[in-house]
Amino acid sequence: MENKHLVSITDYSKEEIFRILDLATDFEKNPNQNLLDNKVIATLFFEPSTRTRLSFESAISRLGGKFIGFTDSSSSSVSKGESLKDTIMTVANYSDMIVMRHPIEGSARWASEVSRVPIVNAGDGANQHPTQTLLDLYSIRKTQGTLDNLNVYFVGDLKYGRTVHSLLQAMSMFNTTFNFISPEELKIPDEYKLFLDKKGLKYYEHRDFSDIISHADIIYMTRIQRERFSDPMEYEKTKNSYVLKNDMLENTKPNMKVLHPLPRVNEIHTNVDENKKAYYFTQALNGVYTRQAIITHILGLKK
Amino acid sequence: MEMNDKKLQVSAIKNGTVIDHIPANSLFKVINILGLDKIKTQMTVGSNFESKKLGLKAIIKITDIFFIDDDINKIALVAPEAKLNIIKDYKVVEKKVVEVPDNIKGIAKCGNPKCITNHESIVPKFTVVNKKKVAIKCHYCEKITDSEHMKIF
Repeated sequence: MENKHLVSITDYSKEEIFRILDLATDFEKNPNQNLLDNKVIATLFFEPSTRTRLSFESAISRLGGKFIGFTDSSSSSVSKGESLKDTIMTVANYSDMIVMRHPIEGSARWASEVSRVPIVNAGDGANQHPTQTLLDLYSIRKTQGTLDNLNVYFVGDLKYGRTVHSLLQAMSMFNTTFNFISPEELKIPDEYKLFLDKKGLKYYEHRDFSDIISHADIIYMTRIQRERFSDPMEYEKTKNSYVLKNDMLENTKPNMKVLHPLPRVNEIHTNVDENKKAYYFTQALNGVYTRQAIITHILGLKK
Repeated sequence: MEMNDKKLQVSAIKNGTVIDHIPANSLFKVINILGLDKIKTQMTVGSNFESKKLGLKAIIKITDIFFIDDDINKIALVAPEAKLNIIKDYKVVEKKVVEVPDNIKGIAKCGNPKCITNHESIVPKFTVVNKKKVAIKCHYCEKITDSEHMKIF
């Protein structure tokens, strides 16, 4: 069950997912552990990502490790025209593990085939972002006490949102019932519906974001971006239809939690922040524990 | 077949392979995939024959060339209904149909312009996710390319 790299959430079995979540639970209780003594981890961010990068660097620091890297490709040799393969093969000489974010899809898989040290995918274009998925799973299990038989509602951009697609793939292992709430233009792609059909899982599509959320155990909000719309008029019409406001949470289940991969713009009204059902900032904190778990698991530092 | 024999008016071959039921618009892709542009023996190519199944079809007759199954299956991506007749001494000694393979390496290009295989020199690899209406999933970017958008090297 040991995977040297973490490229795609589908690389991980149920057992390996549980292993990560259990380790993360341990790090939440005791976040400062000097397990990365004398280890160097490269954080290569070919495109900027404040949250993911800081979360990784925080995780490495709390484990007593050192990190090297760059925060966008203009400050690396990529701007001189170096290929990804060459960059990875070189940096693999300087580090014990490479954490990478890259705008091109499939870049992390390719890197894992040329690197002699483990690759952790911190996002490859619109494809995969498995460490986000694992921290989402951690947040869901922690707040619900289980991953089995939950009602999960995805809201917003379900067409391009990679966090939605990866979480859907992972949750499909746990008999989840899915609800997809989105504008027509950003609806969940057919290939994912086909995937759920094949697994025999229930799902429902909605255009209206209304009282249907009363059955939800988890509401997973995402950002709707203007540039995703072919028709700007359509964006203006829909942008305020998928905003979660505090009064909408009144009739939701007591165990229900609102998740969001962040950054948020206006899709969750700030008046939700004080509600006990708002979980997105704690979710971001869980990202540190989950990444500590991933790093130590892959490097075999936790028995 | 009999009806087509009358219409084709291309001579029979003594020894070799006849590839029939190629969609007319896939003819040159088939030629490329099998490397038929490089062979030195006699070859007859016919195209735009009427076919009930395919609309317009093409046929290739190649003298003294016999293919191994792995090579033949490569054309399944562009001509899944193709049929082969192996000819020895003017007689059909064997009929073969192509089989869509489970995995494909280095024949098709990934249809996703943002895929790493379209940016660095990498041999593309795919798993076939639909054999009837051929669709392939990229090993790298995990996106699915269907037969309409498939580009062959």
